[in-house]
Amino acid sequence: MSVVRRRPATTRALGVGLLLALPLALTACDSDDSSGDAVKVTAKDKSCDVAKKDWPAGKNSIKVTNKGSQVTELYVYAQGDRIVTERENIGPGTSATLNFEIKAGTYEVACKPGMKGDGIRQKVTVAGTPAEKPIDPRLAEAVAHYRTFTNTTVEQMLPLATEFVNAVKAGDVAKAKEYYPKSRLGWETIEPVAESFGDLDPQMDAREADLEPGQEWSGWHRIEKALWTTGQITDVEKGYADRLMADLKTLQSKVGTVDITPTSIANGAKGLLDEVATGKVTGEEEAFSHTDLWDFAGNVDGAKKAFELLKPYVAEKDAALTGTLDAEFAKIQGLLFKYKQGDGYVSYDTVDEAKRKELSDAVNALGEPLSKLAGVVAQ
Amino acid sequence: MTETDRVAEAVEPSSGDGFSRRALLGWTGGALVVGAAAAGGVATAVTGTEDKSSTPALGSVDFHGVNQAGIATPVQDRLHFCVFDVITDDRAKLVRMLQQWTAAAAAMTAGKQIGTGADSGVPESPPDDTGEAVGLPPNNLTLTVGFGPTLFTKDGRDRFGIAAKKPEALAELPAFPGDKLDPQRSGGDIAVQACSDDPQVAVHAIRNLARIGFGVVSVRWSQLGFGKTSSTTPEAMTPRNLFGFKDGTRNIAGTETDRLREHVWVPAGEGPAWMTGGSYLVARRIRMHIETWDRTSLQEQEDVIGRNKGVGAPQGATGEHDVVPLKALPEKSHVRLSHPDTNNGATILRRGYSFVDGSDGLGRLEAGLFFLAYQRDPRKGFIPVQQRLAANDAMNEYIQHVGSALFACPGGVRGADDYWGKALFA
Ligand SMILES: [Cu+2]
Repeated sequence: MSVVRRRPATTRALGVGLLLALPLALTACDSDDSSGDAVKVTAKDKSCDVAKKDWPAGKNSIKVTNKGSQVTELYVYAQGDRIVTERENIGPGTSATLNFEIKAGTYEVACKPGMKGDGIRQKVTVAGTPAEKPIDPRLAEAVAHYRTFTNTTVEQMLPLATEFVNAVKAGDVAKAKEYYPKSRLGWETIEPVAESFGDLDPQMDAREADLEPGQEWSGWHRIEKALWTTGQITDVEKGYADRLMADLKTLQSKVGTVDITPTSIANGAKGLLDEVATGKVTGEEEAFSHTDLWDFAGNVDGAKKAFELLKPYVAEKDAALTGTLDAEFAKIQGLLFKYKQGDGYVSYDTVDEAKRKELSDAVNALGEPLSKLAGVVAQ
Repeated sequence: MTETDRVAEAVEPSSGDGFSRRALLGWTGGALVVGAAAAGGVATAVTGTEDKSSTPALGSVDFHGVNQAGIATPVQDRLHFCVFDVITDDRAKLVRMLQQWTAAAAAMTAGKQIGTGADSGVPESPPDDTGEAVGLPPNNLTLTVGFGPTLFTKDGRDRFGIAAKKPEALAELPAFPGDKLDPQRSGGDIAVQACSDDPQVAVHAIRNLARIGFGVVSVRWSQLGFGKTSSTTPEAMTPRNLFGFKDGTRNIAGTETDRLREHVWVPAGEGPAWMTGGSYLVARRIRMHIETWDRTSLQEQEDVIGRNKGVGAPQGATGEHDVVPLKALPEKSHVRLSHPDTNNGATILRRGYSFVDGSDGLGRLEAGLFFLAYQRDPRKGFIPVQQRLAANDAMNEYIQHVGSALFACPGGVRGADDYWGKALFA
């Protein structure tokens, strides 16, 4: 599911974690405690004044003051407009402090008066090597394995997506429907990583209900709607199928460049459960095909993989937590198993309200302890 | 005393020597008690100078005691009532959660944050406390727990090895004529009644308990309430319900030790030992047909209730608290039919709240009375009274019971090593 448009803060925070591994960036912190060394940014209606444009690599903080007349927002972009950190809704006359970590490189700071458009941008340069605390070898191994896992997952998606795209292009509705959920499963498994590439997520996975005015709707759900409502595949859908494949190839080429850290793996796992809780359990994700349980299973599998990789380390720090997570993962997977049908899952519109509540309870039971994982890994 | 003074005192705990603050809470001098909580020290009680009826109390109510707070203690302005189902078969997990709940309840009723609080702890972890009550005094928050019949046995199964301890009085309520019960607003395994003079404080408490309970319990239904419709403080003005009438002027007051002993608290030797000092709670969601009521003539409204609408005097009397001349009231009037003298003395302690949950699909106010009544035995309290009312009450034309539940509320948490349900699960 694309959450970029709908729940910007969450997604962006996830993206930040994965890109830059930044424990602090994940806790948007409004306190002024750390603003002593903060870079002062003065945002006005037509200017964005950044007091210092050479930053040290590592932990940084920005104190932005809105002296303009409109509500503004502040972004720090890495190249390709990948978001390092951001804060929305900074009212006129108010300040906000953003804490984040950043690696050497060139970046842009953008103020967005009226919270619209590309913003007023300033270049900043980050140099040096941050003092890093040595990483535990078990965590280093987890990171390496998670990287392999994401790469493999994307590779394994490609043939299934190819079947889907080819079926769409051949006008074979039945086959396209069959391959629709299969072609997405990998994406849902590594969704936090996939979403960290700014444009790809809205292009590939936006839902109709979440579109902004003027936003072009492309991707899986666009084709889903045609397949399950009219059953007509036109040249428009065929065009979007081509584009979906092109985007997947882009994802494949970029996925190896993602910076992965133990904290971002843990936060990604939690984020996957949040996806289930807000989109899949409600049946919003697959509004036309009702294949939500495929996505649900993909999200849970991705979270489980992340947990399993971190487990050797976490078990030593907090055995009770790993015990709880083992039990809750087993429970939710057992529950999902009840809905297995063939190589997939039953249609979600056959799952009644009471059973959805049971699934929702299981998601809460797993999501709550899973939210503690990052804290243990970061210690 | 100014509002600011009160806040200042509320945040400044005084040292104390362990006397019961609930006893000190004095029904005569205004219900304002401020300061630190039971767990910590004893608070300063501010008495004597308060306007009796109206003070926006900022104080705290002692969580520990022989009886649970939130029953006979003064009724606060706001309610968040939440009923949970237990979704695990693991008795140890349930017990652990009840221990965690108790610790959290003791903290929150004392105006403290849960665990490491809302803005500390590991930055990569979500905070222990959700934070929306930070900076707010407890506003007399009370948290009261009750156990439903299905916690003991469900589908004939002894779920947690406590079936033998199920009180006879905790039998399901009988069907009453006219009921239209919604299963999604009825029943449930564990109830928590959160009352406070600030809705934010009550909601915070329920939200955090629900969060602590994930994986063990699941929210089955909940109800927000405002504008208490009865009082346990004798001097206080009797509040009005959404029909615009005073009701329950003869409610049991928290000071009436004898009536409480006779009608509310379960005595030792009556039912299982864990219920000693406890009480039974009947919860009914009563929908009011506001629009049709509002186009009813004043005379009929007064005849339906059996009181005048102005001062609230029973028909045939002049003052609100006058003895009710039962024979003078219309036979089917609500007051006459629900009066203890019409019901062989059956008396309950009412603690209900009005509710408005927006509007329904037909544009009618989704409103009514969330009726809460505590009693020593529902078979002698609520049930006979409601049987009489359901069959005869003229008010039935304007109300409908749409939700129903019964809970056994154990005695109070006695100290730091006690917890909700300890005597039951021991
Ligand atoms: Cu998605």
